[in-house]
Amino acid sequence: MNTDGLKRPETEIPEDERGSFWREIAPRRLNWRSALLVPLLAVFSALVIGAIIIAATEGPGEILPAYGALGKGAFLGWRPLSETLTYATPVILAGLSVAIGFKAGLFNIGGEGQMIIGGFCAVVVGFSFEGLNPALHVLLAILAAIAGGAIWGGIPGWLRAKTGAHEVITTIMFNWIAIRLLDYLLKTSFVRKVGEMRPISKEVLASARLPRLLSWLPIDNAGQLRVHFGFVIALIAAVFVWWLLSKTTVGFEFRSVGLNPDGARYAGMSVTRTTVAVMAVAGALAGLAGASETLGTLGRASPGFSGGAGFDAIALALLGRSHPLGVVLAGLLWGALRAGSRTMDAQSSVGIDLIVVVQALIIVFIAAPALVRAIYRVRTGEGVQQLTRGWGA
Amino acid sequence: MTTPGGEVLRTPVEIRRARILGGFYLLMAWLVAQVFAFGTSGDAKFRLGSADNPLDWTVSAQGLAWAVAAVLGCLAGIHLIRGLGKWTNMVLGFALGLFVLAFLGWAAAGVRDGFSLVGMLQASVVKATPIAFGALSGVMCERVAVINIGIEGMLITGAFVGAVVATVVNQAVGMLAATLAGGVLALGLAVLCIKYRVDQIVAGVVINIFALGLTAYLGSQYLVKNTTGLNQPGQLSPIKIPLLGDIPVVGTVLFNHTVFVYALFILVAAMTYGLFRTRWGLRSRAVGEHPRAADTVGVNVFRFRYLNVTLGGMIAGLGGAWFTIGNGFPFNENMTGGRGFIGLATMIFGRWHPVGALGAALVFGFADSLQVKLSILDTGIPSEFLLMAPYIAAVIVVAGVVGRARPPAADGQPYIKE
Repeated sequence: MNTDGLKRPETEIPEDERGSFWREIAPRRLNWRSALLVPLLAVFSALVIGAIIIAATEGPGEILPAYGALGKGAFLGWRPLSETLTYATPVILAGLSVAIGFKAGLFNIGGEGQMIIGGFCAVVVGFSFEGLNPALHVLLAILAAIAGGAIWGGIPGWLRAKTGAHEVITTIMFNWIAIRLLDYLLKTSFVRKVGEMRPISKEVLASARLPRLLSWLPIDNAGQLRVHFGFVIALIAAVFVWWLLSKTTVGFEFRSVGLNPDGARYAGMSVTRTTVAVMAVAGALAGLAGASETLGTLGRASPGFSGGAGFDAIALALLGRSHPLGVVLAGLLWGALRAGSRTMDAQSSVGIDLIVVVQALIIVFIAAPALVRAIYRVRTGEGVQQLTRGWGA
Repeated sequence: MTTPGGEVLRTPVEIRRARILGGFYLLMAWLVAQVFAFGTSGDAKFRLGSADNPLDWTVSAQGLAWAVAAVLGCLAGIHLIRGLGKWTNMVLGFALGLFVLAFLGWAAAGVRDGFSLVGMLQASVVKATPIAFGALSGVMCERVAVINIGIEGMLITGAFVGAVVATVVNQAVGMLAATLAGGVLALGLAVLCIKYRVDQIVAGVVINIFALGLTAYLGSQYLVKNTTGLNQPGQLSPIKIPLLGDIPVVGTVLFNHTVFVYALFILVAAMTYGLFRTRWGLRSRAVGEHPRAADTVGVNVFRFRYLNVTLGGMIAGLGGAWFTIGNGFPFNENMTGGRGFIGLATMIFGRWHPVGALGAALVFGFADSLQVKLSILDTGIPSEFLLMAPYIAAVIVVAGVVGRARPPAADGQPYIKE
């Protein structure tokens, strides 16, 4: 990592053998003050700048109606809450995918492509086997998604390990390849819905759909509550990632390779195998995110069904400090922003894309705790330093 | 390596690589023979001249394929027996060129109007332009050891600002504004990377998400509602360079373009001279290779990093204007389509050298324009697969080259003054 003989500035964070970046973004033990303060201040700052953008583009009078609608659309009532959880589901899963990469020193920007491939595999299984036991059918479809995502993530991992091709470039290229592949596959007669001109896949059979969670509620619009079993899968996945990283040998190898590849190699670990494994697990998690969209929310595959969750995932992993619990919390925030932004778009003059700007601002502040520290004059620990490895490493 | 007796010694790695390449050539030869030679009949007409000065080259597609297969077979044999030593890479490029030629012969066979080879090469230069601008931006930043993943964001910002300013004022001011906008964004990246020492790749990704989000927001908020007033940059007309533009084939391919292409040529020349022949270039490279040493002899590392990263952003901003002003297209959300990242792959392929970056960009431009031309020829290959071509090429390039190309030694590391 940094070889410049960097002197470690004095902070209240306990000394740690690892680089300071890891203390910030992937701490071994969470420093709660630092872990909560920076994200909260970052979200607050981003919303303030968002307000300034609204004031500049639509006039200051629009700030309150817009943010009011945002909050209403995210939290007030069963439907907004259901929407928040629905939007949170894929980003939590994809966020875990990026987080596990960060833990191993790999930057998985390919969540989008892995979601597409995983989600598509799930759809194919979902519409193919008629008359199957629902539990078995769902399980098969999910396994297909995991396999598809793992392969699509594993190839860049293998290229990284064998040839040194940087995963940042290869995963992005794999995103584009996956998008084109989906466009093609959706036009084939095997996949395309019968009698449909648009490139839309056949409907997933009812036996493979992820059941909805809140349709039993005794309220009028219970049928509109879209939150589905994918959210439970996301929570299970978060627990699994936590268990994998902190309780298993495999997880230890992941982290070791991330912290010090040379050290890991000398300790007898296979850096090649671990890199491929990390990317495959990351791909599998993103594939699950795709399955949650296709089997749960949408019930089919269409162009762009991943909806940018693979990119939002990067922000989530940074916001949640690559800790599974942090990713879940960040995912809920993201879901709330997405759900609320729909209402904001409909009920105020501010467009839905403002939220993308706010999200980007959140990451800017998260990525640069020093910026937050400078603005609010609080002690938050050191600035983020090197996370990723350069081209040659 | 040779012994005193003149016998060539090869390392096991070289032998293995020669065998792999031999197998690869054999595969290509088989493919050419099997698919292109057996699968075609009739003549392929390649058009080499312009409309007013026609120059055709008609060849039997089958004969061409057999000839190419034979040459590839010979190369495979040479590789399997003794390897080609220092000529390996050049021969590989030549072989791939032959392969593409056989492929084009197959695709163009029986097409009455023929296939405009010159038109495709010209389109390659056009398509290579934004990629090359992105790559040059990367070269500028990485020579002072700042990794710029944010090129994509700078391109889209340049495209947006260029489109709006060109519509409101005029195209020249639009290009200037796009350049400045890219510079501002890069300054942001520089502050994050240099002052706040954010991980450079994370900072670049942040810049991308921010720029894509902001342009999409402003686009949907304003441009969609008022297309004529804000989003009609108009098309730049190509300028034919006197004398040079009249050379057959070469003149059409290189010297009949919009001002963007000429700006690119000038920039490549200026950067090559600047980086390798001036005091500024020497100091920049020193900052990228060993900042501590540069600092010790009195070079202001931070100033060089800020300056060069900002200049790099300006280059990317100008390249972004190509998407709108250079093509005459209105701004469209996400219209850069990953070209910034392909630019990064190009920079690596070009080994952090401006001329290398231009050459590599032309390869990608070729892949890009091949895709357009082939979809016109109706070869039966789905257009989605053709659209994948540049991205697959980028993966292959990065996987094949990165291990052997050496980035600036301090690339990606923040500098902390003692």
